[in-house]
Amino acid sequence: MSDLKLPIYLDYSSTTPVDERVAEKMAGCLTKDGLFGNPASRSHSFGWNAEKAVENARGQVAELVGADPKEIIWTSGATEADNLAIKGAAHFYQRKGKHIITVKTEHKAVLDTTRQLEREGFEVTYLGVKENGLIDMQELQDAMRDDTIVVSVMHVNNEIGVIQDIEAIGNLCRERGIVFHVDAAQSTGKVAVDLSKLPVDLMSFSAHKTYGPKGIGALFVRRKPRVRIEAQMHGGGHERGMRSGTLAPHQIVGMGEAFAIAGAEMGPELERIRMLRDRLWAGLDGMEEVYLNGDQEQRVAHNLNVSFNFVEGESLIMALRDIAVSSGSACTSASLEPSYVLRALGRNDELAHSSIRFSIGRYTTVEEVDHTVEIVRAAVAKLRELSPLWEMYQDGIDLSTVEWAAH
Amino acid sequence: MAYSDKVLDHYENPRNVGSFDKNDDSVGTGMVGAPACGDVMKLQIKVNDEGIIEDAKFKTYGCGSAIASSSLLTEWVRGKTLEEASQIKNTQIAEELALPPVKIHCSVLAEDAIKAAVSNYQERHGEAAEAEKKSA
Repeated sequence: MSDLKLPIYLDYSSTTPVDERVAEKMAGCLTKDGLFGNPASRSHSFGWNAEKAVENARGQVAELVGADPKEIIWTSGATEADNLAIKGAAHFYQRKGKHIITVKTEHKAVLDTTRQLEREGFEVTYLGVKENGLIDMQELQDAMRDDTIVVSVMHVNNEIGVIQDIEAIGNLCRERGIVFHVDAAQSTGKVAVDLSKLPVDLMSFSAHKTYGPKGIGALFVRRKPRVRIEAQMHGGGHERGMRSGTLAPHQIVGMGEAFAIAGAEMGPELERIRMLRDRLWAGLDGMEEVYLNGDQEQRVAHNLNVSFNFVEGESLIMALRDIAVSSGSACTSASLEPSYVLRALGRNDELAHSSIRFSIGRYTTVEEVDHTVEIVRAAVAKLRELSPLWEMYQDGIDLSTVEWAAH
Repeated sequence: MAYSDKVLDHYENPRNVGSFDKNDDSVGTGMVGAPACGDVMKLQIKVNDEGIIEDAKFKTYGCGSAIASSSLLTEWVRGKTLEEASQIKNTQIAEELALPPVKIHCSVLAEDAIKAAVSNYQERHGEAAEAEKKSA
């Protein structure tokens, strides 16, 4: 216990530290004795060697997800990949139709992109989700129209960690010839992805959620059957014209190495993380009025999104100073709105306002989990002592029957 | 978000947390806010025969600023008359706690809470006085 370092980092779904092995590889691509060349330089070995490193990384990324290296396009991150995929496909196929389907619980990189397309004259259907955070296949099928050109559904949800059935969704899209995009920023290293089998046309990836550097991501663009996208960034025609801009070998090599490590170590790592997650949940679940958000089974091992009823999220985060976690309540961002993802699950306001996302990763220890349980239990007990809602609950008052003086 | 030291102090060591029996004749209860908005404040005052607030207690569901605003309020209303207490303004609370603009609503809620507690006390006493008259 003595070597426990505070604060404890339990926010791996926000970002991960770069693995030391990755950082070492990256450092070899920067200075004059390293692979600093421009991969687009055709006339000398500096360029050739940098290109070789970039192509090696492209192969590493492709291998983790069962793709052909030629199907991997480098971007600045998953946000850019989402933009490129959705806008690119919508713009290319707009003569076929102008209808797009996505889900209310998507990341803002998708939702803000479709909002922009709405401003451009596209029509977008936002599917709701069931109480467990998963979409209803029938609802998706009913939403599909003859003029639907793109469906975008994320694989692993960033807030609640649930895994959508992208195979089933992809099959529905295939039947109707609709382009299917998947935001897989939270998937790599956490759940197996095999694009040689999955009916997915476009898939976005991020390096920094998988122990690689920030500022680099990739978009998978299927070649067979071929999917076309219109470039959003124009210039020197890099990445086969789909994304211009000088490649950043240090970032790319970092992403490649990070994905290679994820592939090699995923088995035992998942087992360890699942054990830690179960230990954390066992420690919290014993308390009264604690709820797990998102499906119990169909979720990644790394994520535990929990609502502590009758305690407000921001004050809980304040009490959890020694733990780095995220709150579902966006009160801190001044909007005073509870998480739109939890709202979409149909969670009532108290529960939506009281959620904490714990996300576990490669460097989380048993000691850290045990200490977290202690801190959380004490904080929740203290804040409930302060909470009029808890008092009412203890007195047997049904809060949904109370007429609140809303302000 | 960076909180002022005063907010942190009230949050760490909230003053006068608790409840009085709301059926006690000398108690006025104000409950304002809504769970949907992320904050609910319950403020109770105990008033003596001279109409002075002898004691006050609170419970708050809300962010650190909401907890600090109500904690501060319980300190301020003690020893005040009902009239004086209901003149406390949200701007005074916001200033004392150095609340940032996005948290001003917490101080507004605190002002609403003391007004609600005072009017609850007065309503109950108005009714009690009338009931006494009837039985006499």
